[in-house]
Amino acid sequence: MDEAGVRWTTEQVLALAPDDASRRAGARLSAAGPWSEAGSSGEGAVWGLCKGSGKKPYQTVIDTKGPAYKCSCPSRKFPCKHALGLLMLWAAEGESAVRTVVDVGEGQAPDWAQEWLGGRRERSEEQARKAKDAAGGAAGQLDPEAARRRAERRAARITGGALELEQRLADLLRGGLAAAERSGYGLWEETAARMVDAQAPGLAARVRELGSIPGSGAGWPVRLLEESALLHLLDLGWLGIDRLPAPLATTVRTRVGLPSPADGPPVKDHWLVLAQYDTSDGKITTRRIWLYGRESGRTALVLGFGAAGRSAQPALPVGLVIEAELTPHAGAGQLRADLGEEVGVPAGGGAPPPGGTTTAAVEAYGSALREDPWLESWPVTLTGVVPVPEEDGWQLADADGESALPIAPASLGRPGLWKLVALSGGGPVTVFGECGHRGFTPLAAWSADSPETVRLT
Amino acid sequence: MTRTTLWEELVTSALLGTDRRTPPADVMASGQDAPGALLDAAALHTLRRRAGLLPARAAARPEPAPHDDRRELPEPARRRLAQLLADRSAPAGTGGRRGTAPDLTELLPQWLTTANDQGYRAPAAALPALLDAARGRNDLRPHALAFAGPRGLWLARFNPDWKFALRGASGGAVLPGAGDTGAVARLWEQGLFAERVALLAAVRAQDANAARALLATTWPTERAEDRLMFLDSLRAGLSDLDEPFLEEALSDRSRNVRATAAELLSALPNSALAGRMAARAATCVSLDRTGGPTGPPVVVEAPHECDADMQRDGVSPTPPSGRGERSWWLGQLVEATPLSVWPGRLGDRTPDEIVTLPVLDGWTDELHAAWCRAAVRQRDPRWARALLGPPAASPATGPGASSLAERAKLLATLPAAERAGWVAEFIAAHGLSEAFQLLGVCAVPWSEPLGRAVVDALDIARDGGSYPWSFSGVMGLAERCLNPAEASRLEILTATPDEPEGASPGAGGYWSEAFQRLVSTLRLRAAMLSELTTGG
Repeated sequence: MDEAGVRWTTEQVLALAPDDASRRAGARLSAAGPWSEAGSSGEGAVWGLCKGSGKKPYQTVIDTKGPAYKCSCPSRKFPCKHALGLLMLWAAEGESAVRTVVDVGEGQAPDWAQEWLGGRRERSEEQARKAKDAAGGAAGQLDPEAARRRAERRAARITGGALELEQRLADLLRGGLAAAERSGYGLWEETAARMVDAQAPGLAARVRELGSIPGSGAGWPVRLLEESALLHLLDLGWLGIDRLPAPLATTVRTRVGLPSPADGPPVKDHWLVLAQYDTSDGKITTRRIWLYGRESGRTALVLGFGAAGRSAQPALPVGLVIEAELTPHAGAGQLRADLGEEVGVPAGGGAPPPGGTTTAAVEAYGSALREDPWLESWPVTLTGVVPVPEEDGWQLADADGESALPIAPASLGRPGLWKLVALSGGGPVTVFGECGHRGFTPLAAWSADSPETVRLT
Repeated sequence: MTRTTLWEELVTSALLGTDRRTPPADVMASGQDAPGALLDAAALHTLRRRAGLLPARAAARPEPAPHDDRRELPEPARRRLAQLLADRSAPAGTGGRRGTAPDLTELLPQWLTTANDQGYRAPAAALPALLDAARGRNDLRPHALAFAGPRGLWLARFNPDWKFALRGASGGAVLPGAGDTGAVARLWEQGLFAERVALLAAVRAQDANAARALLATTWPTERAEDRLMFLDSLRAGLSDLDEPFLEEALSDRSRNVRATAAELLSALPNSALAGRMAARAATCVSLDRTGGPTGPPVVVEAPHECDADMQRDGVSPTPPSGRGERSWWLGQLVEATPLSVWPGRLGDRTPDEIVTLPVLDGWTDELHAAWCRAAVRQRDPRWARALLGPPAASPATGPGASSLAERAKLLATLPAAERAGWVAEFIAAHGLSEAFQLLGVCAVPWSEPLGRAVVDALDIARDGGSYPWSFSGVMGLAERCLNPAEASRLEILTATPDEPEGASPGAGGYWSEAFQRLVSTLRLRAAMLSELTTGG
């Protein structure tokens, strides 16, 4: 197959939509006849004119490397419905012999599209040059002394926060967790605000989490004790950071909320996009993308962020393989990496990563905890597992054994679970997901009769 | 102290507070203050537990889904399905204006019908969305469930939201071959109700006698509502051979079963019941031999009582409120009488001549309505034609059927081509405002003359200067039913016309939009069908 020419699938395009409304609006535009002068180049550009309510049609252009979008419509959604519709039109034509709706043939981009595409290319070359200069020359024009002073000031504030938090935890334990249920959420909210003041967002998030535990159902005192203890451990880690080995110290800094540098040696590889999903705290949407390197065998996590109402960036097509350079973040047992600017045109061929049994999965999580005690879960691939219903949920059982992993409670209400059960039909499947102390969160699956990646998020 | 009990001690101490309950001594050995020591120990324990997690014991595995040996969907069709299902939950069009984009939700039923006809199996990952779609829309259910097949039913057992799939139509349940008598008998004895209905229909399609014999094995022990459903399934392939069974059902305990048996018998012109009804009806309807100015009028003498024999033959004695008893009884007698009786009874006239005969004392409507019901029940195209009258005739003045609902039912008894031709002429003469119900009984895709009549009528409506949403019902039907091959001919209508004098403001633009949507929907349907019929 011509690697450059692989078009995405409709599902992969739908996955880029910032919300359900755009997904539907996009699907509608993909079927309509409002498109004209649509076309695509073998190098990942897709363009078209879409007739809207006004006189002048909207100009929509997409660079599938990236991917990046531009549309002359006033929508604040990103990508907008026009970009989604055009991509779907383009995707649907990939293997269909029928070109009756709109022909998104190959060709030369019109001037208005070329302008933006060219600009993009120049910018990325510019950036690459800058990055090279920066790497080659000294640390830039920044004043290293001032930076050091700033860092020290912030560290001192965090230390103050950690000490205060220790005091709160001691008070909590002295008075008893039973009282925590009565004191309500307000107390924790206030403590979390103090941690924000102390410039320790990691601590603040954990404190907020503590506040939600007393209302979380049976067994909450045990969970509250566990999480308080781990928070205490993090405080101690910060307060004694000088005595920690360097990688663990970096992990503690990251957990507390200091930005960790992406300074590992870059890894160039063909990365299979395993999963992409968003979580939101109401203000910020966090996007998590799991990648598996075909040659390196590495699993990496790319994080993206978006303000409320805007979809997080980047957006990668699940199930396809992209060629890209990833720069790992520092820290013990960290999988986070930054995606390089240059992303090759996605290609097909999304066979699952090699996997193992449920036993191997919990062992992998256990060993990862040695490097980072605050890890909630660890990415694993399970091969030959069967989804099995049990009394209050589901589990994934080894097809040829007695062991099983319970599916994490948060996944039980999601549509992905039913896709997984349907795909299995009671037989073995391969599942990628996050394995942790709360159970297994399935994110992607493959079955013997359809090798393509089925998105469960 | 063992690790578990130490942890329990820690939890108790944390719950009550270290001031009230000192943590265990070996924790306190570190010399820290109590809360700190407790948190240290708890952190250690938590990490130990998490790092030492073991898999759980596997629960009993579910029975695997039955094998589905239908063909796998070709790739383009699979993408199309994903697209149609993605649009599924879109809210219904708000207001009159719908823009130029096709309504994908409306195309899903057609897609499913074609996929089923072509013998494709649903992609496993699409099953949840398919079941959700079927749950929300009754009209989709039979097709969606058939497409979902055995794996869909298997899946539905695990999610209470999809319970409907298990009690609804049997969908893709795997039925044993009619020849496998052992398996047939077993499923008949033990199957779910829906499975048994499907089984009976399947056996009957191959061997009507075997189906009746199967039904007879358990008939007396079935519940009344089940007997009713089973009896109803005899409607398909009804023949004189069913008469003895039906005669027996006339003395069933349930009134509804009796009425259905009588209805089925009356559709068999040679049955004893039809003969009894004919004898009764004949005494009520006759020719006035004295003649009249436009031919001899028909005299009607409605029955004076509804005796036990009539009731046994399915005549319901109590009229709905607002109707007279005698006309109610008359209607039922005539409806159940073989139509072949009337030419002999009314001076050897053809059905066409009979429906034009004057009827004395205002019985015309009553009598004609009963003949309409009889023509539908007995599926008699000659009478249907006579009662429909010429399509161009004004519905108000002509003989025979007067309501559109009656006409639609009569039309359904005519061959498809004739039906389409009749409706096309009706539209040419009367326009679209009354055509909706009639269009609904025409075969899809519409025949060329019918399609042309509809498009011409829409074009005329546009020239008349009204807004397209007055015709949104017909427009919607056209999107689903017009032959996709018409798309290129329609292209010319998508241009925005000059606004004629006195037209509604902006109507031209809206019409252009509506026609654009029609054209793009037709194109989409053409693509959809070709993906399903040429692929794989």
